[in-house]
Amino acid sequence: MQLASSNQTSRLDGLTLGILSLGVVGAGVGFFMAMTAPPDQSQGFVARIFHLHVPMAWMAYLASFAALGYSVAYLVRRKPHHDRVAAATVEVGLIFMALALLTGMLWARPTWGVYWDWEPRLTTTAILFAIYVGYVVVRGAIEDPELRAKAAAGVAILGSINVPISYMSVRWWRSLHQTQSIDLTTGKINVDAAILIPMLVNLAAFTLLFIGLVRLRSIIAAREAAREEV
Amino acid sequence: MKPKYIVGLLVVAGALAYLIFGGLGQNLVYFITPSEYFQQIDRYQNRPVRLGGLVKQGSLDYNPQTLELRFVVTDGVKEIPVRSSGTTPPALFGENRGVVVEGRFQGETFVSQNLLVKHSETYQAPKEGWTPEQVRKLIEETQ
Repeated sequence: MQLASSNQTSRLDGLTLGILSLGVVGAGVGFFMAMTAPPDQSQGFVARIFHLHVPMAWMAYLASFAALGYSVAYLVRRKPHHDRVAAATVEVGLIFMALALLTGMLWARPTWGVYWDWEPRLTTTAILFAIYVGYVVVRGAIEDPELRAKAAAGVAILGSINVPISYMSVRWWRSLHQTQSIDLTTGKINVDAAILIPMLVNLAAFTLLFIGLVRLRSIIAAREAAREEV
Repeated sequence: MKPKYIVGLLVVAGALAYLIFGGLGQNLVYFITPSEYFQQIDRYQNRPVRLGGLVKQGSLDYNPQTLELRFVVTDGVKEIPVRSSGTTPPALFGENRGVVVEGRFQGETFVSQNLLVKHSETYQAPKEGWTPEQVRKLIEETQ
């Protein structure tokens, strides 16, 4: 029974490959559109990193919520598959989170004047990053699969609490980081359509890449688990 | 549990503790406004402070030879003269722009060690009828 279900989720299917290739093509189209989008009237061409920075940060938040969902699902249903997907979302999410921090630093130097400052948005995002690094370390440290899954689920649930804090930090506290350009809580958008559309294309492409990479990572994890059982 | 994971967990726990107690603790009020300074002048003497506000129109005085920069930070009610030296201000720095300065009060003047420029959350294309080449030229000229 266990082997049958792990076989099912360990096959590299056409859907995963399709999502990944569509994501790669979309990111290429998004890059081309971003490079032909008009510059911002106050920041100039530097503001183009917006097209990478914002979707990457949103992917990091999305990964956090996905990990929360799968962790809760694991604690309720106790299926190893949910634990593996939760771990995959965290690992892929960490890549996007690191890229969001990196693009943010590259953007901050020419505009704010510094690469990093301990202001609320940056500090809460650094905490978020550290929690998910902790998640990966916790998984590596615990040998027993069931205990590992339970402990990791706890970290993922606690970590996700920081997502709304990080997102709202620019409005709850005084900060150096500007408030949201696309405010998901009120729906207000302070971005010209010509600059917004390439960002949305990148957002769609990165979402596909995120889903594809999580599926791929889960397949690899399922194969690892199947091999350990034999 | 293998020792390397114990070390890893300790590093992560230490980093979190540092961020929460060292970083975030002080940053719940990230900067003070000129009005807040005048309410509690004694509290902000001789210690590092972040001061935030707008660069007052017409107050900017920059000497490119000595790199000495003087301007007035205002929150619309109170004003504080700021002195900064030794660094070129960021490209986006200018009058009527939001700034956060890190430094100390020396008497009436705020001496800035670090000058940070806030920018708005709005992204707008330049006015219609401009070719990208013209825009590029304008940006290069203003820098």
